[in-house]
Amino acid sequence: MNNIIKKFIPQILAILFVVLIFGFLTINAQTNMDNRGIDFGFDFLSQESSFDVQFSLIEYSGSDSYARAFLVGLLNTLLVSFISIIICTILGIIIGVARLSSNYLIKNSAAWYVEFFRNIPLLLQIFFWYYAALRALPMPEKANAWFGVTYMTVKGYYIPSMVWQNLNVFLYCGLAAIVSIIVLKNYASKLRDTQGKQIPFFLYSVTLLVVLPLLSFLFGGVSLEFELPELKKLSKISYIYEGGISLPPELIALVLALSLYTSTFVAECVRAGIEGVTKGQKEAAASVGLTPNQVLKLVIMPQALRIIIPPTTNQYLNLTKNSSLAAAIAYPDLVLVFAGTALMQTGKAIEIVSITMLTYLTISLTIAAIMNWYNKKIEIKEK
Amino acid sequence: MQILNFLKPNRDNIKNYSIIGSFLVLVSFIDVISNAFFKINITSFLPGSLTNLFPLILGFIGLNMMRIDYSGNKNLDLLNKNINTNNFNALLTLLILFSIIKALPQSLSWMILDATISGDSKDACTGTGACWTYIKVWFRRFMYGMYPNEFHWRINTAFILVIALGFVGYFMKENLKKYLALYYVIIYPIIAYLVIYYLISGGSFGLQWVETGAWGGLSLTFIVSFFCLIFCFPLGMIFALGRRSNLPVIKYISICYIEFWRGVPLITVLFMSSVMFPMFLPEDFFMDKLVRVIIAITLFEAAYCAEVIRGGLQSLPRGQYDAAKSLGMGYWKMHIFVILPQALKLVIPGIANTFLALVKDTPLIFVVGLAELAGMLALAKTNPKWLGFAMEGYIFASIVFWIICYAMSKYSYNLEAKYKTER
Repeated sequence: MNNIIKKFIPQILAILFVVLIFGFLTINAQTNMDNRGIDFGFDFLSQESSFDVQFSLIEYSGSDSYARAFLVGLLNTLLVSFISIIICTILGIIIGVARLSSNYLIKNSAAWYVEFFRNIPLLLQIFFWYYAALRALPMPEKANAWFGVTYMTVKGYYIPSMVWQNLNVFLYCGLAAIVSIIVLKNYASKLRDTQGKQIPFFLYSVTLLVVLPLLSFLFGGVSLEFELPELKKLSKISYIYEGGISLPPELIALVLALSLYTSTFVAECVRAGIEGVTKGQKEAAASVGLTPNQVLKLVIMPQALRIIIPPTTNQYLNLTKNSSLAAAIAYPDLVLVFAGTALMQTGKAIEIVSITMLTYLTISLTIAAIMNWYNKKIEIKEK
Repeated sequence: MQILNFLKPNRDNIKNYSIIGSFLVLVSFIDVISNAFFKINITSFLPGSLTNLFPLILGFIGLNMMRIDYSGNKNLDLLNKNINTNNFNALLTLLILFSIIKALPQSLSWMILDATISGDSKDACTGTGACWTYIKVWFRRFMYGMYPNEFHWRINTAFILVIALGFVGYFMKENLKKYLALYYVIIYPIIAYLVIYYLISGGSFGLQWVETGAWGGLSLTFIVSFFCLIFCFPLGMIFALGRRSNLPVIKYISICYIEFWRGVPLITVLFMSSVMFPMFLPEDFFMDKLVRVIIAITLFEAAYCAEVIRGGLQSLPRGQYDAAKSLGMGYWKMHIFVILPQALKLVIPGIANTFLALVKDTPLIFVVGLAELAGMLALAKTNPKWLGFAMEGYIFASIVFWIICYAMSKYSYNLEAKYKTER
């Protein structure tokens, strides 16, 4: 009896507490909305949005619905996260490895890089790049060409765009290359297991990946042309580049700040992972007769990756969430487009903020679920 | 054999090689330095880009010649071991040193030599360097926001009082030490709140009322992060214990709470607190914007805190729980006297990281219209009398935040070392 009371009383109290809080909030919201004449509902999503977005990956204009505006914001968020994740991974690996270098200068510059960029709030870094650093760039008419064809100006970064012909043939060839690499890999591991033979798998796969798409150019009728950005005079003092792709300065500032900031955390993960593999492993592998390359590939990396990947994924998630700071410099991401402009216009605070939060929550929980599954899979099975 | 010995630097020809090598390195450095500081190009006779590459090639050859294993010369060995182990390292060493030398004169002249700090208006800044006058004039605004100038002593006194009260724990008598946790978790926040409310807000004891809209600058950053810090820790502890509870309802409520807050960005939480939260309050009930923001950040950070503490709880061996139970301790007694003291020691670095993240997140309150340091900078930047000094402002703010965060992380290393127990 005593035990049952001990078990159930706290649980019932907890449920009551949660129900009371939610009930209290709902009743308040109901009365507030009644008083102000707002009705709850998601009908507004199909209404015409009638606002413009500066930068969008899909066709969008003011006559489209709020749902499409939401999609535009979401895609912009994913775009900036994707680019930043790639850059911060590359930087993070370089810095993380540099921190373990035997060279005193390299080791310390890497350590200072980490200490410097991770101890300054991300928002300040974004502001610094956007308001201070990128504003010091030249006007379009005075810009120098980088690599001959791209222009870094105060109005954005202009790069050539690619004009494809028969793109699908090219993509099929790439797909075919990937499939044949997978088949080759299976064959190679079978050969190794049964006959103990090694084939230069890496060389073959690189060759496949290069040759097959190249063949599509020769025989498949695929052609690629570059459309270069060209300077155009709008009025007496105002110039602009036309053609090509223009990356707005907001995007560049955001990518710079996010990738520099997150790369410090990735670098720490990489360092911890490499340090986490004990010296004995390396020595044991070498004493079995593996070459240094094989030691790295077959012994060190698999163990280090097991330590590196989970915290790094966490950092990627943080980066995606941090990309919402875009709203502070008016990059049209999910928060600015939806929780900012759309909310102003419709006044549907509860619906819009919940949708925005749920979207981020879905992204996070999906990645977390995949991570858990992956962790279970790579876990060392101990007896 | 003789020729081979002669071509490859080794102990026999150490004298010749080290002298020639260091001479070449010296020449390369002289070239770079004269180029960077005095704008003299001593290698202008070389064609094209070779002029720029010349010091690199020269230094590289020099370092290669100096690379002698076990030379017997202490300094040379130290040099080779640290910055000159192989060709790749030597190249990187040179690149790093040369780029530092090249960047030094420009940044020095911008930040110090050509910079202006005298005067008190924009007209004083005529040089090509930085305009620190801007920071000097706006300094009080950056620190205290729009808080009236003559009352700044109130903020200072409040901070000194709160910090002093925080140190009381160190000087407590031995027989009072057992109430230390009680003091920090319950009494201290209440006293600190009262001090800040009565001193900074004013309104009684003959102090003039200053509304929270006027608070701002770095002091607001401190106030927000201080309150979030002391509130999010106990809350996080509760949810960490909840997540490890045997009672399914409590466990799942805690899991939902933690996963929800960890899954959303802080900026949406702040949006929620500013536009959505007022809808959920009773009609005639008014809650200050600052209080709403502090509640939002506290709830948000408590979830992160909970996960860190849970990590500590999980890493304790089962034996500790069993031993405590076998002594007849109940749930609360066991946790307060046996589990938590050990677990909290283990999670000091994690907690410090969470607090650091909290301090770095506070500038975000700028988004909902509270003008702390980043907000004041945005305000100052658009002031028509002071246009065009964004760079100085952001560099100043970055330095301030960097010092705070760096000091905090160093302090956490110290704490970690202090409380480390052999296991």
